[in-house]
Amino acid sequence: MSVLVPRTLQDALQATAANPSAQLIQGGTDLMVEINFNHRKPTDVIALRRVDELKSVNIDIKNSQITIGAGLPYQQMEHGEIALHLPALAQAARTVGSPQIRSAGSIGGNLGTCSPAGDALPVLSALNATVNLQSADSSRAISIHDFMVGVKRNARMPGEIIVSTTLPIVSGWQGYSKVGVRNAMVISVASCCLVVDRINGTIAVALGAVGPTIIRCRETESWLAAQVDLKAKTTVSPNLLQEFGDRIATESKPIDDHRSTAAYRRHAVAVLARRMLTRANAQ
Amino acid sequence: MSSTTQTTTRRDVLGASALRPDGAAKVQGRFEFSSDLHAENMLWGATLRSPHPYARLVSIDLSAAYKIVGVVAIITAEDVPGKKTYGLISSDQPVFAQDFVRYVGEPIAAVAADHPETCRRALAAIKVEYEVLSPLTDAELAIQPATPPIHPDGNVIRRQQIITGDQDLQGEIIVEGTYEIGMQDQAFLGLEAALALPDSDGKGIEMHVATQWLHEDQKQIAACLDLPAERIRLTLGGVGGAFGAREDISLQVHCALLALRTSRPIKMQYSREESFYGHVHRHPAKIFIRHHAKRNGEIQRIEAKMVFDGGAYASTSSAVLINGVTHIQGPYRCPNATVVGYAVRTNNPPCGAMRGFGVVQACYAHESQMDKLAAACGLSPVEIRLRNAMVTGDKLITGQVIESVAPVARCIRETDAIALPAPLAKTAHPLEIVGGSGLTSLPHNIVRGIGWGVSIKNLMYSEKFDDFATARCQLKDGVATLKYATVEVGQGFVVLAPQIARSVLGVDEVVLDTVDTGIGSAGSTSASRQTWMSGGAVDGACRLVRQRLFEHVGKKYNIDPLRLVIEDTDVVDMIGDFRISVIEASTGVLIDETFEHHHRPTEELDENGQGNCHVAFAFVAHRAVVDVDVELGLVKVIQIATAQDVGRVLNPIAALGQIEGGIAQGLGLAVMEEIVLDKGKMRNPSFTDYLLPTALDAPSVVAVMIEEPEPQAPLGAKGIGEPPCISVTPAIAAAIRNATGRELPRVPVRPQDICF
Repeated sequence: MSVLVPRTLQDALQATAANPSAQLIQGGTDLMVEINFNHRKPTDVIALRRVDELKSVNIDIKNSQITIGAGLPYQQMEHGEIALHLPALAQAARTVGSPQIRSAGSIGGNLGTCSPAGDALPVLSALNATVNLQSADSSRAISIHDFMVGVKRNARMPGEIIVSTTLPIVSGWQGYSKVGVRNAMVISVASCCLVVDRINGTIAVALGAVGPTIIRCRETESWLAAQVDLKAKTTVSPNLLQEFGDRIATESKPIDDHRSTAAYRRHAVAVLARRMLTRANAQ
Repeated sequence: MSSTTQTTTRRDVLGASALRPDGAAKVQGRFEFSSDLHAENMLWGATLRSPHPYARLVSIDLSAAYKIVGVVAIITAEDVPGKKTYGLISSDQPVFAQDFVRYVGEPIAAVAADHPETCRRALAAIKVEYEVLSPLTDAELAIQPATPPIHPDGNVIRRQQIITGDQDLQGEIIVEGTYEIGMQDQAFLGLEAALALPDSDGKGIEMHVATQWLHEDQKQIAACLDLPAERIRLTLGGVGGAFGAREDISLQVHCALLALRTSRPIKMQYSREESFYGHVHRHPAKIFIRHHAKRNGEIQRIEAKMVFDGGAYASTSSAVLINGVTHIQGPYRCPNATVVGYAVRTNNPPCGAMRGFGVVQACYAHESQMDKLAAACGLSPVEIRLRNAMVTGDKLITGQVIESVAPVARCIRETDAIALPAPLAKTAHPLEIVGGSGLTSLPHNIVRGIGWGVSIKNLMYSEKFDDFATARCQLKDGVATLKYATVEVGQGFVVLAPQIARSVLGVDEVVLDTVDTGIGSAGSTSASRQTWMSGGAVDGACRLVRQRLFEHVGKKYNIDPLRLVIEDTDVVDMIGDFRISVIEASTGVLIDETFEHHHRPTEELDENGQGNCHVAFAFVAHRAVVDVDVELGLVKVIQIATAQDVGRVLNPIAALGQIEGGIAQGLGLAVMEEIVLDKGKMRNPSFTDYLLPTALDAPSVVAVMIEEPEPQAPLGAKGIGEPPCISVTPAIAAAIRNATGRELPRVPVRPQDICF
């Protein structure tokens, strides 16, 4: 097994160009588990953890967007300016594993693994994030919705490195909630990110761990926008709130497994979405 | 391998919060666990395990595996020179599967190779042909006579009834229920590991291993190897928790066989996943129970049927069953009983010892019933328990009279007197609220509940078992050296033993010799027994040494030894003014004494479950306060108040540690810890999905230790290891019921059990 440890993005890109099928590793919080379980036996590994460019943060207030390096550890999103502008991302970051895991794990890793239980992914989906990919001779930016193509499958091409993700700064309430059977350090049973855009009068709801990949509840979103004026704080009637949750549940596609049941997951995302909509209108 | 010397300025005698000598090393990562063991020229051992819950072994082809460079030896059932099976009570478990595999994870072969990765490839290259059979995974089906036996010993490991008093009595109040307990794992953090060093003549082994009972391992290994026990020399490797899971053999025989076969040191260690397959678990159980009571709440009769799923092999199932049926009345008087219990064999993972040992299951059932009874009689949970609380002198349903100190009512009252926690503040930090870091809930989503649990637990081994303990004390130049085979699994004997020596002998410096089989057995570190049994042995050895010291001093200074006592660190004449330091008194002499402590004999149960089968009992009460998000079914345990019958506190900080740790383990069973099985296969053999409580799940613990010294106990102290984890589980379940109104007949309580 060969392990390359490039120190610059340029070196990393050259390494992937030379060996496009090499396994990329960032924090290793998913990959090392797979390797330890013998589920994967990579022969060539390119470790990205020493590439400082992948940990950069660019807060562009003028264009209302933030670009976060793919290797920035979650721990650095929990507080400070990222948390100020992207509170849902900060909340999702806090739910990831233990402090040790949050010092290693990153959005790039979540995107690379592309598990439906990846905690950052519902936030990226609800915010319509852009994933920035680079290879030795080209770069491209694609929508998160096009990037996630299935269970643990994404649109990254061999030779490409996920360098960053760009998220909009949205005016309005946003939040992330996650149900697990423990009060911390637990894998998601069901999660929900809800973002209200007061300027455009829209709402976005994305669900985690209730389908093969992250689910955007577009039908419910447009249904709600037609019922109430999302540009202003409004009191949502109990009946409307109930139906909102029911519609969210209908859009989810959960399964029964050893972590929970489909029925519970469907119920949980409905409750989380209702609660977050209530919070959004209370604040 | 190494001995530790402790010198203190503060006198760490009995009653002091002496600190563990291994504490700092463990916190700093310097403590040598068994998995850190290493020897020059060693090979690695690894185990091939069955992927099927039930199958006939058709053939095993090792040829491809042997071709892998670095593979030194591969052994199967054919290579076991002695007894082909082992087991704690009945020897029914094959060292390696012979004709059949009976659970997922059953060992089939073991490999010795130059590297763990070589071992892994060799295991993958072994070709095993199976005829897959339909597994028996339903414990109640296993009782049916028509069900074909999956083992030559049959499917019922033991049936035991308890029949006493009026068998037809019907109470004015009758409450009943069927309760289920899921399969809990001990989940110790220090994984199974051993290092075996073969003797040069090939007729003996030195083994360093993390276990609970060196001499039992020695006996079982020797039988399988067909060697005299004295040629199997065991030394305790660093143990990272046990909780019952190290009472059975896991890798010991495999490791020893490979060492003898290869004539090289063998290191074996399990991964977390293999650990789930490699040790026994807590028995899942289904318990039907009916209480008959007077209108005033006085219990008159219990009826119960208890089924414990022992999995594929017996392990300690028969003893677990006895604990279950003999504790089903709880710490309450009950003159009439109709009880039957079964421990059965299935193709589920084998179950055996775990902290609480059969009483955990019984307690969840009887405490759930007590709340039903309280409601039916219009009494509070506290009042119903006080009305029925047993006292010393009461007769159990087995006919045994409680001779132990039995402060049941006091445990309840003192727990009740502990202040309740403040209500959840509207401004509470999100991490303090149910859902924790998931930010699922706001204070207005939450309902608070309070619940009770009270328990009785036997101490030491039961049913005629003489589980004695041995200790040796040497005194020379003011230094006491203690030798015993008492296994330290974290319970704190390593700090208690020197405290005993300091108190008895007036020494400050105590050297702990290596823990190995170079001395008589100490019995198992289980059944809440080591403070009582090995504590009694150390105390006895030290007292013998003290007697010899007094004789020596008396002779030298012409004083009747009967007048001499130890005062702090001096030998003092009670009547005269003679005083000499223990150091001076023992300079130039070597006093060496060994003592065996035996508890009083017990009896087997007769066919109606009558007999003095237990040695002694301890009691505890728990009150749980929980916050529940009813709509999402999420729980956070806020506070556990507890008053525990400890006899006498020998080390306050260590005692509190046992209480807090036991509560965390009982909490785990109440709300999250369960091995999920699907047709005999584990679905969650990892810490990603087998959830243990984190710091954010651990409640605030307010503990009162009730000190009424136990006359039977050598130091007045009862065992305290198991009681904390027993009644806390039903207390938490009751608190969730109180908050939600749900019946919750099963633990762990899952979110979907609450919200649907």
